[in-house]
Amino acid sequence: MTQHVLSLLVEDKPGLLTRVAGLFARRGYNIHSLAVGTTEVDGLSRITLVIDVADSPLEQVTKQLNKLINVLKIVELEPGQSVQREHMLVKVRIDQNTRSQILEAVNLFRARVVDVAPDSLVIEVTGDTQKIEALLKVLEPFGIKEIAQSGLLAMGRGSKSISERIFKTQ
Amino acid sequence: MVTSTTTPKSGEPPMMTGSGALLKSLELLGITDVFGLPGGAIMPFYDELMSQTAIRHILVRHEQGAGHAAEGYALAKGQVGVCIATSGPGATNLVTAIADAHMDSIPMIAITGQVFSTLMGTDAFQEVDIVGITMPITKHSFLVTKPEDIPATVAAAYHIATTGRPGPVLIDVTKDCQQGSAPFIWPDKVELLGYKPVQKAHGKQVQAAAEMIAQAERPIFYIGGGAIRANSHKELQEIVEAVGAPAITTLTARGVLSDKHPQNLGMPGMHGSVPAVLGLQESDLLIVLGARFDDRVTGKVSEFAPNAKVIHVDIDPAEIGKIREADVPIVGDVREVILDLLPEWKKVKKTAKPLTAWWERLESLRASFPLGFDDLDDGLLPPQGIIQKIGQMSGPEAIYAAGVGQHQMWAAQYIEYERPGAWLNSGGAGTMGFAVPAAMGAKIAQPDRVVWAIDGDGCFQMTNQELATCVINDIPIKVAIINNSSLGMVRQWQTLFYDGRHSFTDLQPLEGPEFIPDFVKLAEAYGCLGIRVRTEEEVEPAIKLALETNDRPVVIDFIVSREAMVWPMVPQGVGNSNVQYAREHAPSWDEE
Repeated sequence: MTQHVLSLLVEDKPGLLTRVAGLFARRGYNIHSLAVGTTEVDGLSRITLVIDVADSPLEQVTKQLNKLINVLKIVELEPGQSVQREHMLVKVRIDQNTRSQILEAVNLFRARVVDVAPDSLVIEVTGDTQKIEALLKVLEPFGIKEIAQSGLLAMGRGSKSISERIFKTQ
Repeated sequence: MVTSTTTPKSGEPPMMTGSGALLKSLELLGITDVFGLPGGAIMPFYDELMSQTAIRHILVRHEQGAGHAAEGYALAKGQVGVCIATSGPGATNLVTAIADAHMDSIPMIAITGQVFSTLMGTDAFQEVDIVGITMPITKHSFLVTKPEDIPATVAAAYHIATTGRPGPVLIDVTKDCQQGSAPFIWPDKVELLGYKPVQKAHGKQVQAAAEMIAQAERPIFYIGGGAIRANSHKELQEIVEAVGAPAITTLTARGVLSDKHPQNLGMPGMHGSVPAVLGLQESDLLIVLGARFDDRVTGKVSEFAPNAKVIHVDIDPAEIGKIREADVPIVGDVREVILDLLPEWKKVKKTAKPLTAWWERLESLRASFPLGFDDLDDGLLPPQGIIQKIGQMSGPEAIYAAGVGQHQMWAAQYIEYERPGAWLNSGGAGTMGFAVPAAMGAKIAQPDRVVWAIDGDGCFQMTNQELATCVINDIPIKVAIINNSSLGMVRQWQTLFYDGRHSFTDLQPLEGPEFIPDFVKLAEAYGCLGIRVRTEEEVEPAIKLALETNDRPVVIDFIVSREAMVWPMVPQGVGNSNVQYAREHAPSWDEE
């Protein structure tokens, strides 16, 4: 089992997410993370999927996804050829003794404090999966109260765009 | 969804209600027959339907009947079938038929009424999320809430249902959409950004296929239902004859290559002929045309055709490599691919290996293991002989629709199919109750052909209410009930694999009245001709009378032995080399 990052360009239709998620559920594929949002083209959305599958089922996954009428394009984004980012909010317990240590960690990880209360901080961090995991490891001893995490976002490096040639007819 | 240019013919486009637009769209697509049953949420459309003559509507007795009738119609005519239901339970009653069409790639449009868009999501009366329910069993589905969206949606639904790998498309139309009005603008051209099926295959792949066939010593054509959908029977026969290799036709492909053709070894799979099963098994090259390595064909996949390379032609790229890795994958329409393969084959034909030894082996299998059946100890009629007789007396131009179970397998084995569209059945889904409504749909599609429903007594009791539809609408189908008083195929498995413990497979009481219900009386109650057959002597006259009776449907209740079993058989989960010719009799064949 290896992790693969798929970027799907889809038509923004009601039920689209159900179609994609339902396909994964019924064919027994595991979604590790999912992020959906609008794109540079009106009416098109982009779904970034992280899935755990071996290589040959991956081909089946993309072929099955391609059969969905509202899915326009599927690209696998290799770590080397793409930028991959996650976004996380983490609420951590603080007191007089730990405050400075935590703020130091925030600075080291180039994270930001976005909410301050007498006994807690909300920290915002963006980065690749490893960075996020590393920050969590540092914060853990202080007491993590809550985590909200986005799915992975990914984009190919270089000038090419996923929506190129979509509107060109055969 | 649709990025079409629309040009009104002259002046302003006409204003139409949503339901009027729906009707007009179907008409413009050339739809002439639809099957359905009205209810609250589809009433505006039915009101329009009443005031026109271009489209014939057949009122069914149950929506499932409408769905299977649309399938039978599509299969017999080679065109899209249309079924209509109201919201809620009307729509869910279509679900089985939609799933069936999805499994067997049958072009179908299912139209359902939906509650007012303002009520959707409030658990309104007769509200179900039919788009959500059918997502996994449709090729695509649409919810339409605005009348101006109807023409483009119906055009897109038709395009999706009938092109590429065909399948069912659902259009769910809210009642307010049907009632509202909008200008009717018909799209000149349907273009879907995310749907561009490949028709024409890659030339190099086709060339590679020809070369691989030439190098093979034991090639075999493995022909599936896709060959019928591609309308490829002529080209198929040409390539099979040009190559000279044996061919097998799967359950959904029966008839696409005539059973009389000397190269046709018959049907493969769990109940396939021994030459077909072992032909695949011993082959060194499978030439797969529009088939999908169904588990009922392959048996245990890891032991299926272990020494064979694979050329896999399919219009659906997802089928290639799904079950079995292909050495030469070819994505394309079967007919188009054969047309490209024929000239490539001519180029390499001289280098082809002789197939003499291969044919000797297959002919010896044919001689040793012909299709056959024995009389049974209980003195009751063997069902195989009846089905064979129906086929012989009705001929290759007739249409045969089957239910699911033993009678289906016997009908696949013992009737000789010589043309595509003669054999209609539920292959992938295995839907009991398919036969009567499918035969009804086929008879509407092909009124001049004799149409038989070869049914079991279990299946018949699931959908026989459509006999009322047949009588009232003058659809004189013929139903042969192969009545063994039990759920025969399940009973057979219980006999073979569950120590003869026949758990809930007897359909008749052990004591008391002989038949519950009495199918002859039931047939008569519907206004059909009912005939009961118990003895050998009665078989032919009954079939003859059925063939002569065309003023009403005919139901023949053939009382047959419940001990009869379908042979040959490959038990589930084992390799196909373990095919059993008959009980306790595995064929002796030498490992190469």
